[in-house]
Parts: sequence; structure tokens; C-alpha cells
Amino acid sequence: MKRLRYLLPLIIVVVLGGFLMIGLTLNPRLVPSPLVDQPAPRFQLPALEDPERVVGSSDFDGEVVLLNIWASWCVSCRQEHQVLVALANRGVPIYGLNYKDERSDGLDYLSSMSNPYVWNAHDLEGRVGIDWGVYGTPETFVIDRQGRIRYKHVGPLSWRDAQDKILPMVETLRRETL
Amino acid sequence: MKSLLTTLGLCLALCLPGPGLAGGLDPTDFDDPVLEQRYRAMLHELRCTVCQNQSLADSDAGLARDLRRELRDQLRAGATDEQVIDYMVARYGQFVLYRPPLSAATFLLWTGPFILLLIGLAALYLTARKSRRRDEQPIADAAARERARRLLNEGKDA
Repeated sequence: MKRLRYLLPLIIVVVLGGFLMIGLTLNPRLVPSPLVDQPAPRFQLPALEDPERVVGSSDFDGEVVLLNIWASWCVSCRQEHQVLVALANRGVPIYGLNYKDERSDGLDYLSSMSNPYVWNAHDLEGRVGIDWGVYGTPETFVIDRQGRIRYKHVGPLSWRDAQDKILPMVETLRRETL
Repeated sequence: MKSLLTTLGLCLALCLPGPGLAGGLDPTDFDDPVLEQRYRAMLHELRCTVCQNQSLADSDAGLARDLRRELRDQLRAGATDEQVIDYMVARYGQFVLYRPPLSAATFLLWTGPFILLLIGLAALYLTARKSRRRDEQPIADAAARERARRLLNEGKDA
């Protein structure tokens, strides 16, 4: 009993330290999305490339795709851009949602680098973004053939994320029957 | 001297309240004062998900502004408070609420402080009881008692 009393502070420090250690590996800015495994919100917007053309979620019905939320003012979007290009080169269809951006800025951004997107929807007011629970750019959604969100990545995609998570996931989802 | 004055002046300027941030940022053109009242109350219930420790009323972030606009639009369209809350929770999770409902996931969040308080009170009680018992113990050693009496009497003689 007496020995336990001397051990108690040590036990408390170890338990507390354990919790703090776990805390260090977590990202406090990450808000888990309740939209995962839910049907993706439908939308229709003018295309960034051509304001006359209407694009929307029905364009990728029945397909396994990525929807990437980006903006020209977003620094970490530039950081992940090459990863998106590499994914597109491997045959993953990537649709873009240009979020709260001036059309000319968005187009400049795309013309200054290679363009990995099938098309870009122009969400000038950020309303579609809110409907998708967007709280920071970049965000990347993986959408399955039934039009459900299966995964959400917040922040810039690294090549490791793409290789370990996105590509295998796309492969698995493609094998699912409609 | 002049630079000192400038420094002091700048310090003073920093202490002054900045432009008001208390939800008065966006023009609110509610015709109905009741609706306006509900809007202002809801601003304090909802969290700005990018700034995390600010409510929609406190934050000047772009997302907070958009969420306020969404809130105004929905209230104007006749949505009830519950409907707006459900809409936000469906998109941002319960994190968007400043007062998340009690559930399995939030149980520790709500009860944790009280559990810690109980542990503290129990520890205090046990420690206090133990130290009182120690005080009550009579000095058992006869020689020590004799010595104590002698020391006390010495004081009286002098």
C-alpha cells in the first residue's frame, strides 16, 4: 500500500504523458466530415472556363472521381498541384471546384501550370462550398459510382497520400458494381 | 524623446478597441425584429470552423461571413432554428455547435470536469481525515512527555 503511494505520481505522469503524446500526433484543425459515406450534395454552376457552360455533379454520375476544392489565392493548393497532375496522368478523373475566386485569377492559375482538371465549376460566392462542408482549401473528396462521398482529405495532398490512400481507394471503388 | 512619444502613442492606439467585430460586420436588413433577435442568438451558438475558437458572431473570416449569409438566407426563407442547426451539423458535424448535445461521443466532454472535481474532493477528504487522525494521536512516549513538561515549567519559573 505504502509503495503504491510512491508509485502513484509516476503512474499519473505516464498516463497523462500518454494522452499528451497522442495529442501531438493529432491535427487540431481537422474537422471530421459527417458527409463521408453520405450522398454527395448535388450542384450546378457555370464553368470557370466558359461562363455560358453549366457543369455539375451529374457530369460524373456512375464514375469514381475526385472533386478538388481550390482557389488561386490558396498557397497550399499550389503545393499539391503536381500531385493532382500526376494522379490525372494515371487516369484518375479530377473535377475542380474553383472556390471564391475571380474568374480571371482562376484561369491565370490554370494557364500558368498544367491543368489536371476535367472541368472546373466556378463557385464565386462559396455557396456550393458550404453545401459540401468546405472549411478550408484545398480539400479533396473521393466520390464513388453511386455518387456517395467515400473519403475526404483536408489540406494539400502529398504524393504519399496519393500513393497510399487515394490510388488504392480509387482502384477498390472502381471494382464495386453499380 | 520624439521616438518615445511615438512609441507611447502606438501602444495607446493598440489598446483602443478596434473596429467592432461583434456580428455587426454585415449589414443585416431584417424587417422583423424577432427574426433579427433569433439571428443574433444563433450567431453565438455556431462555431466558425476555420477559426475554431470563435463563434460566427466573433469571426471576420471569409467562411464565417459566408455562414452568416447562409444563416440569414435560411431564416428569411422561414427555416426554424432546429432546421438551421440540422443543416449545419449535417455538413460540419457537431463541432460546429458550441453546445453539442450529450451523446456517447460527447459524454466525457460534458462530465469530465465534474468527474475531475469529484476526484479532487475525494482526495481532499481522505487527506484531511488522515491528517486529523495523526493530530489526535497522544504522545505515547513517557520520557518525551516528561521532557515536555519540564520545558514548559522552565518557562514559568523564569
